[in-house]
Amino acid sequence: MTARAGHDTRLRPLPWRRMAWVTWRQHRLTLAGVVALLGAAGAYLLITGLQTHDAYAAVTACVPANSGVCQRVATDFLNTYAPGVGVTFGLLQVIPALIGSFTGAPVLARELETGTFRYAWTQGFGRARWTVAKLVPLAVAVTVATGAFSVLVSWYVQPIFGAGDNNGPLYPTLFDLLGVALAAWTLTAFAIGVLAGVLIRRVIPAIFAALAAWAGLAFLTGLFLRPHYSAPVVTSNPTIPVQAWVINQGWFKGGNPASLDMINNTLAQVDVRAVTPELFQPGPATPASLGDPVQYLVQHGYTQLTTYQPASQFWRFQWIEGGWLLALSLILIAAAVWLIRRRAA
Amino acid sequence: MNVLESNGLGKRYGNNWALRDCTLAIPDGHVAALVGPNGAGKTTLLNLTVGLAAQTDGIVTVLGGMPAGSVAALDGIAFVAQDTPLYKNLSAAEMLHMTRNLNRRFDERYAKARLGELGIPLERKAGKMSGGQQAQLALTLALARRPQLLVLDEPMAMLDPLARHDFMASVMTAIADDGVSVVLSSHVLAELERVADYLVLMSGGSVQVAGEVDDLLACHRVLTGPATEAGAYTKRLNVVYARRGEAQTHLLVRTNGMTDPVPPGWEAHPVSLEELTLAYMRDPGAAALPGPARAAVVLPKEARN
Repeated sequence: MTARAGHDTRLRPLPWRRMAWVTWRQHRLTLAGVVALLGAAGAYLLITGLQTHDAYAAVTACVPANSGVCQRVATDFLNTYAPGVGVTFGLLQVIPALIGSFTGAPVLARELETGTFRYAWTQGFGRARWTVAKLVPLAVAVTVATGAFSVLVSWYVQPIFGAGDNNGPLYPTLFDLLGVALAAWTLTAFAIGVLAGVLIRRVIPAIFAALAAWAGLAFLTGLFLRPHYSAPVVTSNPTIPVQAWVINQGWFKGGNPASLDMINNTLAQVDVRAVTPELFQPGPATPASLGDPVQYLVQHGYTQLTTYQPASQFWRFQWIEGGWLLALSLILIAAAVWLIRRRAA
Repeated sequence: MNVLESNGLGKRYGNNWALRDCTLAIPDGHVAALVGPNGAGKTTLLNLTVGLAAQTDGIVTVLGGMPAGSVAALDGIAFVAQDTPLYKNLSAAEMLHMTRNLNRRFDERYAKARLGELGIPLERKAGKMSGGQQAQLALTLALARRPQLLVLDEPMAMLDPLARHDFMASVMTAIADDGVSVVLSSHVLAELERVADYLVLMSGGSVQVAGEVDDLLACHRVLTGPATEAGAYTKRLNVVYARRGEAQTHLLVRTNGMTDPVPPGWEAHPVSLEELTLAYMRDPGAAALPGPARAAVVLPKEARN
């Protein structure tokens, strides 16, 4: 028979490795789900990516690269493959949100919902350390898994960038799946899910709350925060560097913004209609000598101001976004541990 | 040593005091029964004891002065919560393995032998077990931790009479073998009468009666006599509860050890634990706090006449 509990009040906490089996046993299905989802998406990227890379070989084999023929080859390649890649990236947007919230929200919410926390938190291991020993390995697992996946994503999209597609790596639906951003956004969804689980205490509502909060954060970040990671370039040169991320573009005259009506009034003299400030439609009376309507507007005192971030900012932006998302995730997870420790449950 | 000691303990949920000004000391070596109507604060007191909840007010210590919820307190106390929550998708063997990992001591051989005796297969998932089997598995996990104090919250609520009997028999065997102290809450008064030797009766979030069962029974008795004389009699005595019939009145009286001569025409009977408990529950204003070995001194409120 084992010795009875002593009176030593200076008991050392149990070693962390005791929790390894517990965390693995209770979350192995979730982790299998993550591997299955990433595996299926990865297999698709690998198969279609190999086709894209095969076709791209014809573009890189073409010399001289800046010849008209080679430009045609590149354009044909992009016309064939870029739309599919665009759709794929659209679908992949859900990956960080799904993985993060489905792994994060149930960790604590399920214990609170089913009452098993009354078993788990009254064992000798102690509730705060139990919480940390569950959250840290899971957070690392989803971060590493999605980090590895984003390497595949980068390889998959590389021919499209290589062939000179207009949308560079800073384009919103591309940026968040490349570099460190995919792993960082997944970790953020995980952390939001964990905290939502503690606050809401029920699995399904916590997952939906986490999805909604994550989507809101991602949307606001792309719209308001990311353009300002460094001062954008503002230029009146109508020719924007290829693959730059255009944040804002507009016509000015005499230092004031020019409305679409003003532009149309000017262009009416050559029978051109501006559908949008960037899209022009020539009419039957348009003189053949007109050339680019943009040049016509410039000659008539208009200035086109473009605010953009050059594609060369990609890694700088990746590290900034990855950094603050990591900090945010750590704060959210720490808040969850603090709430559990404070016995708010 | 007091296994559980509280002083001015209070717990508020929102604007509601689930427990208020609760002062109590339960010495070790007892099976202490925590009884009282729903909402009396039993579960709240137990949650504070095992460190699941944090108090709003006052102090609660366990196992001779350790703060509830501390590492040492968690180590020495095993808790079986209401409805015996277990991981439904884990087998009995996996629950054993988990509990072993989460604790400093775990007597796996004892646990396996015990489940064998109970006929609970190790590979059966907790979710596939009957209520009685789940309760027995939870109790086995708790006992195999070799605690100093076993805390049980309504362990019999979900069980049929047979499972209830088996469960309490298991608890009593463990106590006999091990000398573990037990604090349990329950509504099943008849079952408690057989096992409890210390009673804590709670009402409205505080302690109404506390003491060793033998002492409590010794200092209470039932007097039966003519209804016409009851009025004069109740003026002189601490009457906890009076049941008046047409001809006769039954009075539950707190004698506090004094043995007044029974007046002519009256009869005195010893009281049962169930009668005593019910009488106090019917009159939450009456209080009897004669418990020995109390650390904090409580002046008993004068019994209402």
